[in-house]
Amino acid sequence: MKYLRTSLHEAHCIFKCKVEPNATIGEIKSMFHKSHPQWYPARQSIRLDPKGKSLKDEDVLQHLPVGTTATFYFRDLGAQISWVTVFLTEYTGPLVLYLMFYFRVSFIYAPKYDFTTSKHWVVHLACMCHSFHFMKRLLETLFVHRFSHGTMPLRNIFKNCTYYWGFAAWMAYYVNHPLYTPPIYGEQQIRLALIIFLFCQIGNFSIHIALRNLRPPGSKTRKIPYPTKNPFTWIFLLVSCPNYTYELGAWFGFTLMTQCLPVAFFTLVGFIQMTVWAKGKHRSYLKEFRDYPPLRSPILPFIL
Amino acid sequence: CLHRLDQWFSNGAGMDDPAAPLPTSPSCHEEDGTVEEKENNNKKRTKGAVATAWLTFYNIAMTAGWLVLAMAMMRFYIQKGTHKGLYRSIARTLKFFQTFALLEVGHCALGIVRTSVIVTGVQVCSRIFMVWFVTNSIRQIQNEESVILFLVVWTMTEITRYSYYTFNLLHHLPYFIKWARYNLFIVLYPLGVAGELLTIYAALPFVRRSGMYSMRLPNKYNVSFDYYYCLIVFMLSYIPLFPQLFFHMLRQRRRVLHGEVIVEKDD
Repeated sequence: MKYLRTSLHEAHCIFKCKVEPNATIGEIKSMFHKSHPQWYPARQSIRLDPKGKSLKDEDVLQHLPVGTTATFYFRDLGAQISWVTVFLTEYTGPLVLYLMFYFRVSFIYAPKYDFTTSKHWVVHLACMCHSFHFMKRLLETLFVHRFSHGTMPLRNIFKNCTYYWGFAAWMAYYVNHPLYTPPIYGEQQIRLALIIFLFCQIGNFSIHIALRNLRPPGSKTRKIPYPTKNPFTWIFLLVSCPNYTYELGAWFGFTLMTQCLPVAFFTLVGFIQMTVWAKGKHRSYLKEFRDYPPLRSPILPFIL
Repeated sequence: CLHRLDQWFSNGAGMDDPAAPLPTSPSCHEEDGTVEEKENNNKKRTKGAVATAWLTFYNIAMTAGWLVLAMAMMRFYIQKGTHKGLYRSIARTLKFFQTFALLEVGHCALGIVRTSVIVTGVQVCSRIFMVWFVTNSIRQIQNEESVILFLVVWTMTEITRYSYYTFNLLHHLPYFIKWARYNLFIVLYPLGVAGELLTIYAALPFVRRSGMYSMRLPNKYNVSFDYYYCLIVFMLSYIPLFPQLFFHMLRQRRRVLHGEVIVEKDD
């Protein structure tokens, strides 16, 4: 078996080794790592064709379209970081930052407001909701989610943290500001918003549990999700990615609760991004499963 | 971020015609073609022809527009002997032709021009911002020398650029236009940036004093916006963006003028 390095430079390195026919790509990656220690398995992309798709770690050599000698192409994916690390970092930031604004730590607002508390009870409620949301996300990352990929490119952590931390600071600044104006319709608006928020949080959690139960521990299998006994999962009848639907609903509730334009903006941007993801996921479901339920939309029932 | 832009820039080695429309599908295997295939090929060829015709018209119109601007500016200066009032005299024409350039983003989005939507978008938006949100709204700086500086630079750059695209589309590119497009920018680009930055810097005190385009707390949307700081952030954004665009042009220059194959970073 040979390895040729692809790059637009003409130089290529050849790595030859002898393997059993039932060796997996994962094992081959480990062997390659031993001779090239700077390229750990997570940053190797092995493919049969320089422009082709990356082979999976589980693929077995004898099931691939190769003869007695196989030529693989290697591409360096760049420094990698684990999904869990990225999620934990990007979610801890908003949790901590929001609390700093809530407690009006020094240097944020005028000195006379340092360590004072807001006189509006909706601000306290908003802080509880926001903190609950991100604590839920952290706990789900640690105990609920089963990730398909182990790692992502390192630069993603900077991009993602800028997004989450930046928006959290921007939202928190205005909600916890001494000159904050509570919602126009007062208690009615806040109560409705809280109900929507909590409903969607429970819904989102139910979906995450349902998706987790689709996949046995340590596996990367993909199955069509179906409604379970939990009523919050019945939305699977109409939507492919109800976790995004509920997430949108929760942030919509939070926007209504705080009546704050930066929050509305964050909800909008999140909605756009989640719609892109939902459409992609919906498309791959349709490609992978012949019998995929036709009534389902990617993120919004019948609409999107 | 740098890596991202590299990705956007790479139009692929061997691409020497950034303004040319995409090639239509090759009409090969005539013997094997079904009626449907031939119809599809014809449709694609017509689309390609329409795109080329439109782009040719567009580039000729823009070249003409910026030539008109150049002549109006020269005539004003020769007649009046001063630059004071020059901006006012050409303001409407400038706004018209610079705003029209928004169509170029559409060209990239539709794929009839092979340039990145984002690069074009950033360049056109920064121009629109200067014209509509700085020189148009802040009257006190309209007679600054820095305004004349960037106006002259923009005029020279745009006339060269649009005539380059026009001649390219007509397959009759004189070498001096090619030379001008890929060499003048070395001087014009930094000068243009200087003119723009100096203008915004001069505008700052007036923005501060008038509080224009700004929103203060408290208000029912619970948001605030300070145009003064927005302008400062805009100026700071030149620091990362200008070098990238400049070196992109330098790479294009090496490729077009010296036929070097530039290796772009792979993903």
